[in-house]
Amino acid sequence: MATSAEARAHAPVRVATLANGLKVVVREEHTAPLASVWCWYKVGSKDERPGLTGVSHWVEHMNFKGTTNIPRDQVKGIIEQFGGSWNGYTWIDQTTYLETASREALDRMLFIESERMARCLYHPDDCDSERTVIISELQGGENDPDQLLDQELVATAFKAHPYRHPTIGWLSDLEAMTRDDLFGYYRRYYVPNNAVLVVVGDLDTEDVLRRVQQHFGSIPAAPVPDRNRTVEPEQNGERRLTIRKEGTTAYLKAGFHAPAAGAPEFFPALILDAILTGAKGINLWSSFRVPPPQRRSRLYRALVGSGLASMVSGSMLPTEEPFLYVLSATATSGTSLSTVEARLLQELELVRTAGVTPAEVETAKTQLKARLVFDADSITNIAHQLGYFETIGCRDVYVDAASKIDDVTVEQVNAQAAAMLTEANRTVGCFDPLPVHEEPAHVSVE
Amino acid sequence: MSSNSSSGRLPAAAVSTPAARLAPARTLLASGVVVTAKETRKTPAVTINLAVRAGTVCDPADAVGASFVLSRVIDRGSAHHTADQLAEALENRGISLSIGVNRHQLSIVCTCLSADFDAVLGVLGEMLMEPAVPDTELTLRKGEVLTAIAQDDDSPYIKAVQELLALLYGRTHPYGRPAKGTVESVETMTRARLLALHGERFAPAELSLVIVGDVDTGHAVDVANRVFGAWSNPTPPAIAIPPPAAITERRTLVVPMMNKSQADIAYGFVTIQRSDPTYYACSLMNNILGQYAMGGRLGDSIRERQGMAYYVSSGLDANLSEGPLVIRAGVSPANVDRAIASIDEELDRIRAEGVTERELAESRQYLIGSMPRALETNAGIANFLQTAEFFGLGLDYDVRLRDYLSAVTLGDVQAAAHRLLDPARASVVITGPYEATS
Repeated sequence: MATSAEARAHAPVRVATLANGLKVVVREEHTAPLASVWCWYKVGSKDERPGLTGVSHWVEHMNFKGTTNIPRDQVKGIIEQFGGSWNGYTWIDQTTYLETASREALDRMLFIESERMARCLYHPDDCDSERTVIISELQGGENDPDQLLDQELVATAFKAHPYRHPTIGWLSDLEAMTRDDLFGYYRRYYVPNNAVLVVVGDLDTEDVLRRVQQHFGSIPAAPVPDRNRTVEPEQNGERRLTIRKEGTTAYLKAGFHAPAAGAPEFFPALILDAILTGAKGINLWSSFRVPPPQRRSRLYRALVGSGLASMVSGSMLPTEEPFLYVLSATATSGTSLSTVEARLLQELELVRTAGVTPAEVETAKTQLKARLVFDADSITNIAHQLGYFETIGCRDVYVDAASKIDDVTVEQVNAQAAAMLTEANRTVGCFDPLPVHEEPAHVSVE
Repeated sequence: MSSNSSSGRLPAAAVSTPAARLAPARTLLASGVVVTAKETRKTPAVTINLAVRAGTVCDPADAVGASFVLSRVIDRGSAHHTADQLAEALENRGISLSIGVNRHQLSIVCTCLSADFDAVLGVLGEMLMEPAVPDTELTLRKGEVLTAIAQDDDSPYIKAVQELLALLYGRTHPYGRPAKGTVESVETMTRARLLALHGERFAPAELSLVIVGDVDTGHAVDVANRVFGAWSNPTPPAIAIPPPAAITERRTLVVPMMNKSQADIAYGFVTIQRSDPTYYACSLMNNILGQYAMGGRLGDSIRERQGMAYYVSSGLDANLSEGPLVIRAGVSPANVDRAIASIDEELDRIRAEGVTERELAESRQYLIGSMPRALETNAGIANFLQTAEFFGLGLDYDVRLRDYLSAVTLGDVQAAAHRLLDPARASVVITGPYEATS
């Protein structure tokens, strides 16, 4: 099985760099008559300064609104005509855009991405109209107590590193940001020497490289701003926060500063998470779309198996700099948060002090390697992984994931548990619902 | 800004490459189980998709939510193994189950490594045919369902659609009652009730098994026969779905949730059965109205031109009985009235003017051209084949879909809009921090 997963991860990939600094990653995958193009930029919410929080994400939205050579009214359906889909996302370390469509659409996909890199319009009316769309997105997130708590937990766990602010941004910044803020940010970061272009599909590598040169070769390189220099100081004591708001359900989260994807401790931490909450895999795009195998995991048994929680999950995400390992639990109706927390912390203390068993580590390895196979089932997923890890500077974490998982020892997992799951490194967040003041529903008939 | 690209012009659209024909193998086992198998060699993995015609429409009138609770407990112990043993058998292989229930079907879906296929299908069969529903597990799962009901009650997004379905069909109609049940019905749900429901509705002739992946078709059928070949249980009578009452007026329900930031709108109609001869015209009309390229016409108006919503779309759920068409949008409370007025305008326009030739061509091309993408993964193929089996669409549906869509005319689309989308008979639900202006 490890062989299968590794074989796919190790399938031939051509990496080339154009004269303007654009890194191009191409992989042929002849399983369906499709192509997937992802253009990644090394800019995310950690690059934002106070007053401009949310700008990376807003810029991403603006980059779907027409370019010099793709008038606004031609944007609609531009990829759908090829049976394709397109999208983008912004996160803490990077921003990306993708198209997956019929292989005949390759030229069009490359054209769109070259236009997006160099020639987006930022019409003032579009900037204003998108402001309300993004505020609507923010408010939609606020409607979900779990999401609200997650945002507050991260903001509390980090006091210096810009990972502390949400990717969507703070409302006052979104209300105040100008068209010049957005366009200036776009021009600073959207340059070929700050991008990685990934092409995977039923294609010929040489042909792809020729077309990439044709579309992107004349876009000039430009200086790229320095990225974040702040290192989060070591946390020396537990931090806590409580949100009290009307609601029906209580939520608990515990966050621990965790290793970056490129750190040697990353895979031991990933296995520790699999033992605690089930193996998820390492694909931010697809790993979380199906539930993990978690019923025999320690925290599921302790919290859900005992009826204290209706759900428990863990999130050990691959990031460029040390981020957070977050454990989440939803208290069952009638169960107090303090009871859930006490049980959660008891389990964490047990794993921290007594360690895990060799059998648990072996099961976690099997599960994680199976997830690597399941997550490599489409060209979209493969292209995502190549670009995601390239952008955070550690493509080997993806390519060699199966062998890195195999290499983890029980001692390494125990050392990681002992180092990470301490009280001093912990931030606990509670959503403690206040009774909902119900107003009567009313129907009107016309 | 001048063009730097080689041509500076949008490369022309070309005809999309058609998907290779699926040509699955369909076998009727002697027991009555239908097995549809398709061999692929994309990854060393297999997707197993089991669907039993035992959805929420099967809920007894006095035990609403029974099918949902059964779906939560069906994998928690069998006649031969405890919940823990079943979990171990699957999870040690890296497998997790997605168990879901919709109006007409309960589904168990998973992907496993090819090497594990035989053993995994055996475990799934045991769960499906002989669930034990231990009381301890039932108590735990009921606690989870009650929590989920409370969470839904706090979600304007979910509540808007729940209330819309109740408004469209009535709270006791199988399409209008809450899928998860109510606090009262779940609290009183017993093991005996669930086992009786299982005994009545789970029968070989009600099961469709789809197997897609890196497994020889003949072997897949052999294993299926080994697992399900000896299963017997009488085929239950079909559930009669009462025709929904005709809606002759426009109704607006406001559910104030003043602790929330954003309002959600669910705006809908009772539409057609999947077998309706106008289905493809309705489907194309819906695509143009609220799906194509980020929300269709509704997306153009409400999100792109007016910047009012992060999400807006429409969905057509034609089913065994007349399913709903639901338009959804999440908007600032201040924009609720304007968003609803914009939906009204778009519906009036599509009814009065129909759609353009270009719109029809683009949506048709999209629905045909997106097939290779939809059928790229084993899970995607399995889902497609399961839907085709459920609605009796035929083994060559992937090929014939193109013809069905090609036959739809501009007149058909306008007629579909005229028939389905009358704002004067719309049902509208608003949830969130909104107070009606009049």
